[in-house]
Amino acid sequence: MENNDILKLLPYSPPFLFVDELLEVTEDRVVGNYLFSRDLDFYQGHFTDFPVTPGVILTECCAQIGLVCLGIFLLEAYISENKDSNISVGLSSSDMDFYHPVLPGEKVTVTSEKVYFRFNKLKCRVKMHNSTGKLVCKGVISGMLKLQEIE
Amino acid sequence: MNEERYHQLRDIIQIYLPEDVSVTDISKESHFTNELNINSAHLVDIVLDVEDAFDIMLENEDMEQMQTVGDALDIIETKLAKK
Repeated sequence: MENNDILKLLPYSPPFLFVDELLEVTEDRVVGNYLFSRDLDFYQGHFTDFPVTPGVILTECCAQIGLVCLGIFLLEAYISENKDSNISVGLSSSDMDFYHPVLPGEKVTVTSEKVYFRFNKLKCRVKMHNSTGKLVCKGVISGMLKLQEIE
Repeated sequence: MNEERYHQLRDIIQIYLPEDVSVTDISKESHFTNELNINSAHLVDIVLDVEDAFDIMLENEDMEQMQTVGDALDIIETKLAKK
């Protein structure tokens, strides 16, 4: 599966798609990036007169790249067998620590390492760095990934 | 039914109980998701802990059958008997 094919299978679209590009995908690891463009809606209110990317959005970005993209890659065999299926995703837990703010216009890189994928549960250790290589946040994210048949 | 195994299993389940469910609510008839309010992700955690504690491996079919605490005990007994 090509990296672009994974992006096409993502169940998200703007304004809630936080993946631009996947740089590396293996059974155990995924690296991807996203540019937080200045015109994203939430900057108008977070915070008033002082735009900073919300931590929940950084967590979401880590989850979309680190958990969902990796999950699609891991489910590849099933996806190609069942063409009429859709991936369904449920975040089950996230435990994140934040170190550095992400301002409008910054590009971030997310690296995720698989802890395990069993019984549809994918658990990953994720890290986000900014373009200067500074650690933005890191943590552990888990989710349930299933294929659903399209009716 | 082996009481020691039941207690061992109960200790594992206890870790994943939500705050509104107490360990005394656990019985062999308890349904993991409907009665003990354990979500599907924590059910996987329970299975992984059970595998470590009893040194067994569970398959997807076992997971599907594991609705109640009693089901889990049956699966553990079957797997241990096959060892």
